[in-house]
Amino acid sequence: MDAVLRGFREKGLSYLIVGPFAIVLAFPFYVMVITAFKQQRDFYDLSHSPYWFHKGPTLSNARFLFDETQYTTWLRNTAIIGVVVVLITLVLAVPAGYALARLSGKLGQSVGVGIFLTYLVPPTLLFLPLFSVITQLDRQTSHLLHFHLRGSIWSLVLVYPSFTVPFATWLLMGFFKTIPRELEDAALIDGASRLGTLVRIVFPISVPGILTVVIFSFSLVVNEFVYAFTFISASSHRTLSTGVYTDLIRGDLPQWGAIMVASLIPSIPLALLYNTFLDRFIAGFTGGAFR
Amino acid sequence: MEALAASRPRGRRWTNVLERPSVLASVLISPAVIFILALVGGPLALAVYLSFTNAIGGSLHGRWIGLGNFRHEWTNPAFQDAVWHTFLFTVISQAIVLVVAGLLAHALLKKFPGKWLLRFLILLPWAAPLPLSLMGWTWIFDTTYSIINWTLQHLHLVSTVSPPQWLAQPRLAMGSVIAVHAWRIIPFATVIFLAGLASIPKEVDDAAAIDGATGLRKFWSVSLPLQLPIATVALLFGIVFTATDMAVVYILTNGGPPPSNSTEMVTTWAYKTGIESGSLGAGAAISLFLLPVLAVVAIGMLIFARRAEVT
Repeated sequence: MDAVLRGFREKGLSYLIVGPFAIVLAFPFYVMVITAFKQQRDFYDLSHSPYWFHKGPTLSNARFLFDETQYTTWLRNTAIIGVVVVLITLVLAVPAGYALARLSGKLGQSVGVGIFLTYLVPPTLLFLPLFSVITQLDRQTSHLLHFHLRGSIWSLVLVYPSFTVPFATWLLMGFFKTIPRELEDAALIDGASRLGTLVRIVFPISVPGILTVVIFSFSLVVNEFVYAFTFISASSHRTLSTGVYTDLIRGDLPQWGAIMVASLIPSIPLALLYNTFLDRFIAGFTGGAFR
Repeated sequence: MEALAASRPRGRRWTNVLERPSVLASVLISPAVIFILALVGGPLALAVYLSFTNAIGGSLHGRWIGLGNFRHEWTNPAFQDAVWHTFLFTVISQAIVLVVAGLLAHALLKKFPGKWLLRFLILLPWAAPLPLSLMGWTWIFDTTYSIINWTLQHLHLVSTVSPPQWLAQPRLAMGSVIAVHAWRIIPFATVIFLAGLASIPKEVDDAAAIDGATGLRKFWSVSLPLQLPIATVALLFGIVFTATDMAVVYILTNGGPPPSNSTEMVTTWAYKTGIESGSLGAGAAISLFLLPVLAVVAIGMLIFARRAEVT
């Protein structure tokens, strides 16, 4: 009886702590959802509660966003950059993460720590020199190939792996450490080559880990603001993170309803994926450091 | 066919070499390392070089002026303010994060109905792309239609004539960017803390119970030391993310409000100097200022985490 009561009290305490914080942390998203479906007259009306609809929901904001702005272009640009960057990241980080987890000795350990430490050199430190490098490369490409690198989404494809590769290598190192060594040893004894073992035994069991890296790298790309803002000035080449801000907020009259729709469309699926893969992410993130 | 046959033995020799772990390891690691050196190491070296020159936007070299940029910025009140703001921004927001994430992680450790949904809601700020959720915050802090002001006015907590301007009054603007950044980092710190707590073996709990340690006492001398290494790493990331953030400050206040520029950070000041004013050398010098500070913090914390792990 006592234990049951204590269980109730402990659960109650958890709700008391988690509940209010969950409301505060999710509050902006509630505001965004409700504004996204409100008529303009409704959210500019201060005499009624902003917490609920007064005039009934509408899809006119979404219609405005897709018909009157370059939103679909930004979506497409972000998707292209994300997919290409994730592919580059996997090609570089999967082998490196595996080797750091399994094959390398003392030297490999310091390489691992070195890759971890590149987090201390974030975009806000590198955007100035990289901006110059891109400008210089642009002179070459426009001269030789009649293609402008600066201001094109390919400048971002070139730069983004600088933060996705260290991140992904670190995570994958953590994942590969959790795979039992005996599996590989068995294959090696059966006469498989090391590379063959890697491709046939290790990669297939690592699919969940690799998927996690795909999702989190993609999300890093969608989150990136500094490079996208510095390197690209034409609207039609912008990504989601900068297009919504520069074209819709800084414009003459912000279309708040449309802005909220624009922000929610990529956020909701990404947040759901994130949540699904979170436990694996944590296993890899902390596994690299503490195993 | 002949060419294929001829290449066979050579191919075999190749795979033999690849059987040696050390060779295979370097083959697998090198592409990533070379890439990182080229895209992080190279630009970093370039930034160091540029900071000693008077280079202007878009170029790769200028006249060597030694420590000129550093000396100028060191005595520049705008830069001094930016350093102080960055310090406040980082320390206060991370203090909030530590307390809230610690509480949340402990509460989330237990099983209770509806935990999945609550965890999802708590994670939203970290899971949604930041530049996009900042659009929501800009609307919430709107000068006229702020939902916060509407609520406070209906609770008769603030005046209806001159309601608070969350992003346009110096102190409030600083408070707002600190709050938004804490909001962003809390979910991340919570899940890392949670992983740290969950990794404490059940036997430790039992041993503590046998020794009569409960509640606060157990937290202080058993749970806390055990999760310290992992919490330190979470805090280290929090500090790096905050001190080097530009999106929150740039989108919400753009370093303003003028004339006090109470939210100008090292990062926004470097952006304004290096890109908007085109003084590339000076901008590089400003952004480099963060590196030694972060390196010292990081090394200190990593040594601490390692020591805590051993004992």
